[in-house]
Amino acid sequence: MLTLQPNYFPLPSLQNFKCIPSISFSRRKSHRTKPRNFSSPPTPRISASSAAETSVEEKRSVDGGDTLPEGLSREAMPRHVAVIMDGNARWARAQGLPPAAGHEAGVRSLKQMVKLSCMWEIKVLTVFAFSSQNWFRPKAEVDFLISLFESVLRADIENFVRENIRLCVIGDSSKLPKSLQMLINEAEEMTKNNTRLDLMVAVSYSGRDDIVQACQKIAYKVKDGLLEPGDITELLIEQELETNAVDFPFPDLLIRTSGELRVSNFLLWQLAYTELFFTGSLWPDFGEAEYVQALQSYQDRQRRFGLRDGAA
Amino acid sequence: MMVLVNMDNRSSKSAISTLYESICGFLRMCLFRVLAFGSIPEHIAFIMDGNRRFSRSRNLNGGVSHRVGFLALVSILQHCYELGVKYVTVYAFSIDNFNRSADEVESIMDLMQEKIEKLLKEESIVNKYGIKINFFGNLNLLNEPVRRAAERAMVVTAGNTRAVLSICVAYTCTDEIVHAVQESCHKKWARFQEEKPNGLDNDDDMIECFGKNGLEESEITVVDLERNMYTAECPDPDILVRTSGETRLSNFLLWQTTCCQLLSPSALWPEISLRHLVWMILEYQRVRPYLEKKKRL
Repeated sequence: MLTLQPNYFPLPSLQNFKCIPSISFSRRKSHRTKPRNFSSPPTPRISASSAAETSVEEKRSVDGGDTLPEGLSREAMPRHVAVIMDGNARWARAQGLPPAAGHEAGVRSLKQMVKLSCMWEIKVLTVFAFSSQNWFRPKAEVDFLISLFESVLRADIENFVRENIRLCVIGDSSKLPKSLQMLINEAEEMTKNNTRLDLMVAVSYSGRDDIVQACQKIAYKVKDGLLEPGDITELLIEQELETNAVDFPFPDLLIRTSGELRVSNFLLWQLAYTELFFTGSLWPDFGEAEYVQALQSYQDRQRRFGLRDGAA
Repeated sequence: MMVLVNMDNRSSKSAISTLYESICGFLRMCLFRVLAFGSIPEHIAFIMDGNRRFSRSRNLNGGVSHRVGFLALVSILQHCYELGVKYVTVYAFSIDNFNRSADEVESIMDLMQEKIEKLLKEESIVNKYGIKINFFGNLNLLNEPVRRAAERAMVVTAGNTRAVLSICVAYTCTDEIVHAVQESCHKKWARFQEEKPNGLDNDDDMIECFGKNGLEESEITVVDLERNMYTAECPDPDILVRTSGETRLSNFLLWQTTCCQLLSPSALWPEISLRHLVWMILEYQRVRPYLEKKKRL
């Protein structure tokens, strides 16, 4: 069982990290599928730590079988959940803490989500850790985020092996420090045979770049005379996308925290038929209750894939 | 005498109706002037969802559902163009929708042909607002009368410049990207395929075909893809609206909605009205400063 101990993982030095100037804007309302008057109240903020762990234990059925929370159906669980982990800096500001504390709290939320996903038998969890646009943030913040990722990964490799989690990192790793690139390769190699959960971490990732590189690979085959332009199909392009490393490459559910109503260049092609769930909770506050809410929203929806009701 | 009384009644009702419309139009213009103090989106995209549910809820004939949706479309287009939105894109018919029953597909195709021809009439909204019509999608999948009507509409309105209405029909974004790759390959490599039918053997062949920057110029780039998308002449949408409360993109403008504000009002498409549009604009104006700042980061 994956355990969370806040003081287990050493944290990078915060000496060189400066506070980001605050960005003031009003809290967004979350969007839901049930009919409503344009907005619904933000979900209540719950600390994502020991309280959630306790509730997970309490909700286990007496016979120790199904570990799903009440209200969720095993048959309707999504196989692939994707998450845009937004709101760390805003959370820190609201707490009167430096932004670094927000990112560290975000790591704790992520670890809990990984644990819950394993428990609830979700097959693939994809998280948007660092976008290609994030490189343009202040250097101090970028350096902190990269070093945080490296330290967490270094400390967690053993856990991934133990918990049977396969790690896959997608994105343009060429921009990452060499030490981190080597660490990623090592982690992927050590966990490549794991089967319980595919954890895809998008770092230095752009959905458009993913599509472009896939199209380029196909185009090279045309250039080399292996393929006619007329033979190019959607399936051929899909096979070249970075997410093709997992059995279920297309998310069934995308969750974005902090109330922003955008996909921000995450996945794109893969989100064609994904159910989108936007919540006003900031990422460090996203715990089991919010995850259950997102899954319940997903299970309430009717996915038609362009067909009529009952025909999908 | 009775005939004269009836004619007087009809003409007075018509006068009242005209006066009412004029007052509403004036108030609407005042409202739009106030909204225009903030930013007005350049491009709004709509997924027109909920026609059938609307008909079912009001016990209307199934064939009426899409006609009611068309009326809502004309109304919202008028409001958008009066407000100053230059580009409107609507998701009329997805490639996936061809998998519906043959009867429904046929009735939608017939309706589309009828409405395209109606749009081109003298008194329609197209001429009133100087709208250029685009049809985006794999038009070869349409039956011939509809395809010809669509092509004619594009030709007839090609000279209009004040506003643009893009109708996505037989469309999915993934199909659009495949089409863009195919076109990019055709255009980039048509020349050397004649000279080197078995493909390029080495870098010298590349340089011979593309010049000294051959290695870079032979690659398909994001510029090539965007240039060959159906939507190449339109900017990316500022807002994407899906009615009926569903929150998914259904393979609509996936590439183009990278940083677009996504709104999903619970109103069904035929219920969409001016107040929903005002709400959309206010939501857009609320987040735009933050989005602009994010783009700079």
